[in-house]
Amino acid sequence: MSAVEQFAPADFEPAIVERRVHAISRPSLSYWQDAARRLRGNWRAMASLAVIVGLAFFAMAGPWIWSVDPAVQDVDQISQAPALPSTARIVAPTTPWAGVTTEATQSSPAVTNLRLIETATTQTVRLTWDPVVGAEGYVIYRSLYDPAPDRALGLPLGDVLGANLASYEDRLDLKPRRYWYSIVVLDANGERAEYASLSVDVVRAVSVDEALSRGWVTNASALTVGESITLPFHPLGTDYLGRDLLARLIYGARVSLFIGVVAPLLFVLIGIAYGSIAGFVGGRVDQLLMRFAEFVIALPFLLFMILFKIAFGIGPGESGVVPMLVALVILDWPPTARLVRGQILQIRQEGYVAASQLLGAKTGYLIFRHMIPNTLGVILVTLTFAVPSAIFTEAFLSFIGMGVAPPTPSWGSMANEGIRTMLAHPHELFFPAAFISVAVLAFNVLGDGLRDALDVRMRGRE
Amino acid sequence: MLTYTLKRIVQGIVTVWFIATATFIAMHAVPGDPLAGQKATSEQIRRNLAERYGLDRPVIAQYGVFLGNVLRGDFGISFTQENRRVNDIIRESFPVSATLGILAVAFAAFGGVVWGALTAIYRNRLPDLIITFLVILGISVPSFVVAALGQLALVDINAWLGFSLLPIAGWGSVRHMIVPSMVLGLGTMAYLTRLMRSSMLEITGSDFIRTARAKGLPPTRIFLKHQLRNAILPVITVLGPAIAAITTGGFVVELVFAIPGLGRSFVQSVQQLDYTVIMGTTVFYGAFLVFMVIVVDLLYGWIDPRVRLE
Repeated sequence: MSAVEQFAPADFEPAIVERRVHAISRPSLSYWQDAARRLRGNWRAMASLAVIVGLAFFAMAGPWIWSVDPAVQDVDQISQAPALPSTARIVAPTTPWAGVTTEATQSSPAVTNLRLIETATTQTVRLTWDPVVGAEGYVIYRSLYDPAPDRALGLPLGDVLGANLASYEDRLDLKPRRYWYSIVVLDANGERAEYASLSVDVVRAVSVDEALSRGWVTNASALTVGESITLPFHPLGTDYLGRDLLARLIYGARVSLFIGVVAPLLFVLIGIAYGSIAGFVGGRVDQLLMRFAEFVIALPFLLFMILFKIAFGIGPGESGVVPMLVALVILDWPPTARLVRGQILQIRQEGYVAASQLLGAKTGYLIFRHMIPNTLGVILVTLTFAVPSAIFTEAFLSFIGMGVAPPTPSWGSMANEGIRTMLAHPHELFFPAAFISVAVLAFNVLGDGLRDALDVRMRGRE
Repeated sequence: MLTYTLKRIVQGIVTVWFIATATFIAMHAVPGDPLAGQKATSEQIRRNLAERYGLDRPVIAQYGVFLGNVLRGDFGISFTQENRRVNDIIRESFPVSATLGILAVAFAAFGGVVWGALTAIYRNRLPDLIITFLVILGISVPSFVVAALGQLALVDINAWLGFSLLPIAGWGSVRHMIVPSMVLGLGTMAYLTRLMRSSMLEITGSDFIRTARAKGLPPTRIFLKHQLRNAILPVITVLGPAIAAITTGGFVVELVFAIPGLGRSFVQSVQQLDYTVIMGTTVFYGAFLVFMVIVVDLLYGWIDPRVRLE
């Protein structure tokens, strides 16, 4: 009874039914927005895109950041491994050294008190010791390793003959590193078994004249003996002519990426023009054009690349980039033309084109509104896959000596030079080969990603 | 089938004619004097040489002679190797290249099918990831680097074993052929592996496989009779281009491994600007490739009748 009183008039009003069944809950996306969204979701493709942007930055901005001339040769710095920056001490030019003569007072089996006269530099190491009574001379050895464990004294540098001559000057191909010098006494029975040894840390040294002649400084007065000078820094080492590898890689990137990107762009454009003409005009013209394209496809690619390269010739002082570009474009356009023609023939059959025509669309409108936007995806994918193959072709031609002319660096020609010194100096092959591989890989993976993103039929597939 | 075959053969002949013409035009555009390298010291010697090589005639006549010679399969005399006929050079070096190429194609096709099938079976599991990684390496590392590294690895292996397991360069016995053909086939194998994997995955998802499973066929039988057979078809289509890629890729491998093949003699002739050898080798190579593509096409038309109808 009291339950009835609990109802209020509002309780008898009709309930509001929300009818929003067909409302679009998310913003509608165009084809390109959708493709971009899918591409962003593909981490591999995004990583490759980052690598490609990085390589482009490396090639474009590289020369400003690393302003070393890639053509400067330095015969004293041939095939240097990658290293940290190094300094050298400025020293006065070497003067002849008379040596040290001391009266022998002791009769120990080996010399004692083996020591340096002055700081050991790459110019000269001057040793002296207390001579031994009964010695007829001393043999001086130099080793890269400690002789102590098994008496491996190393290279016999020379000997001094005379008991009282107690010094030796080493100027033989000194490197800035640690050496072990050993002195063995020579008596009437020959060399004694005992030896005295000393470890010497050699400091890199340059004379003022040398620094000037190598162009490290322009003004001799800026240098004072005893101070240190920063040497040219080769972060990735040098090649077989002592040229800076990083600088050559940057300029090589410009050449390789230029050929790799511009050639595909050009032949894809030609292919689009050729293919759309064939596809649009149709009939006899189409057959003729496509037959010709098939002939060009049948040409053995690399053989004709080489033939065209020699036919164009490379004049003195030219880099040979343009002939290679032209040869690539001449030989590589037909697949794109075929693809575009096929696409256009297919799109012409589509219902929306017929609808558009019924509504009064003209040919130009059809081409720019329907044909080109709908082929662009496929073309973009072709373009991306064409880049690595162009880079490979350039590298291959440079390898057989048909590529860019020296001294122009390209990754391919650098790898070719690196292969000759592969055993002793692997870094000369490793860096250019790594750049080629990374660039090719990045473009391939990006191409895969683009194909997945742009090709609707590939959706949901592997 | 007969009409299709005849059509393909006629197309092939026209293609070879086109290749020969393109070669002729390209070689005539080469700057420089063909006789400059010869010892054309006096005008008389020069004239005699020009007459011997037929260079005193007008270009059209030269073209006619060239086409006639190509038709008869005669490519003339070498410019730099005196009194050697180009035909002899091809006859000596082509079998070497062909052997290398056949081994490489066999290696690539076999490896591609096996690895591709494996990656599809172990999809997104460890074997798939490892093989996919290797495939990516195979696609993105240039062939001359692979060749050099292969040789280097062989040196190390031989040194480690203390005897010569496989020779690092040269030609002659079966042992010489193993490493070069593997190096040569590697890129194609990587490509075929990818193709085989996607083709295999597509087949695996199709209805007739589900039906086969549903009616209780053993998995091995499904795999061999239904999946593998159908998945191999696309692999066969790309074998033609693959053969072309392998034969031209042979240049590098022949250079690195010092194999006396056609590729090496072509590169040499280009470096020495040996006109007749360059032209002869190009036309021969082109004709060979056209022939191989026709063979593959006919093979495919025989396996898959739908192709013939196009």
